Amino acid sequence: MSVISRDSTFLGYRRENGRVGVRNHVVILPLDDLSNAAAEAVAHNIKGTLAIPHPYGRLQFGADLELHFRTLIGSGCNPNVAAVVVIGIEDGWTKKVVDGIAATGKPVTGFGIEGHGDHATIMKASKVAREYVQWASEKQREACPIHELWVSTKCGESDTTSGCGANPTVGNAFDKLHPLGSTLCFGETSEITGGERIVAERCATPAVRDRFMFMFNRYQDMINRHKTTDLSESQPTKGNIAGGLTTIEEKALGNIQKIGRKCTVDGVIDKAEVPTHPGLWFMDSSSAAAEMVTLCAASGYVVHFFPTGQGNVIGNPILPVIKICANPRTVRLMSEHVDVDTSGLLQREITLDQAGDRLLENMLRTANGRLTAAEALGHREFVLTRLYESA
Amino acid sequence: MNHFVLHDARDTVAVVVVEGVKAGMTLNGWIMDEDRMTTIDARQDIPIGHKVALKDMAPGDTVVKYGIDMGKVVAPIKAGEHAHVHNIKTKRW
Repeated sequence: MSVISRDSTFLGYRRENGRVGVRNHVVILPLDDLSNAAAEAVAHNIKGTLAIPHPYGRLQFGADLELHFRTLIGSGCNPNVAAVVVIGIEDGWTKKVVDGIAATGKPVTGFGIEGHGDHATIMKASKVAREYVQWASEKQREACPIHELWVSTKCGESDTTSGCGANPTVGNAFDKLHPLGSTLCFGETSEITGGERIVAERCATPAVRDRFMFMFNRYQDMINRHKTTDLSESQPTKGNIAGGLTTIEEKALGNIQKIGRKCTVDGVIDKAEVPTHPGLWFMDSSSAAAEMVTLCAASGYVVHFFPTGQGNVIGNPILPVIKICANPRTVRLMSEHVDVDTSGLLQREITLDQAGDRLLENMLRTANGRLTAAEALGHREFVLTRLYESA
Repeated sequence: MNHFVLHDARDTVAVVVVEGVKAGMTLNGWIMDEDRMTTIDARQDIPIGHKVALKDMAPGDTVVKYGIDMGKVVAPIKAGEHAHVHNIKTKRW
């Protein structure tokens, strides 16, 4: 009997649009690089708010600009966020992000800096942020059915223990969540290389399979266009190689252990798009940890499973990142980063089923409010994916 | 103690899952998919997380892990030796 069933509940914050979050952030969201200083000043003024600075948002165009807006709007819409103050250098694009977030019904106000300067903007934005944070602080958690918890996964600084311990643990948990009607996500398009046929065979319908192969081939074409070598120092990474992973195929076969043995792949989304029904979704995405996790947050996921072998320390400002590790050396040397230790798997001290339950138990505690290691350590990596140069 | 694990009985390499594997040691291995044990004699020191070859392989041979193709041999490998980037390469990109 698993630790979760259809009747399981978690304590979440139900938002105006019906989605459920597990954190209650008031976010100060800069539209662009120029607005980081004002956003950080507001977050400094008003305790309990969270600025999420980033380096982009100027002179982007086309699909790259659409992705920028989709990621910022999606981050603001994420149900882990109670309310948002948007600050941009000018009013036009600021309003676009405000309108996108306002569609959820949550409180959001935008401020443009031009014509006012940082001082006046910080003062006006601080007044609104103070109202929002006091309003949000009265929100109460309520019992919500387990299927309303959207869970994403992506692994990082993987080694060979990821493929035989930490990633199958996520797969076991996904196999238990999927039949309950959960909305799940995996991605890392380049890191499927060598295992693409296995993922294609798991797709629920020919249409999903075609869409997956389109995304897979699109990413392969991009790599082939830009590569100068066989990527043997980038993918696998230096850390992967130090950890014993030799080829991209080996890394990919370990990576896809995260989708378990039973889950079907029920849908495919482009970067930062929002799933439209329950099931396991493949999101076309970079395999770089912070980029992928940022995209998961923008797609609306509220808890993240992050298996690591060598000890990736990533977190996210919006999305609690639960670290799972099966490498006994990493668990010993970097214990402050590990939420779920499954190293016992490799010595047959625990079964895969028990490891999956351990993760699900931690997931429920995290959803109910327990801070992850990455949250306690202050890891708030927010990294926007770029598709090409600015104009 | 499990010194190494492999996923599929057809695998030609396996993962060392303990620290301190030295040349000359007889290693106990767990075949996960069949839940049974096997052994191999280590010919070289192998760090935790790195792979031990389970059979002799020649350049051009396909390396099998998870029961699936994970790349090609580029330098001769003897059973019990350290199998990594110095003797295995990707077939992609």
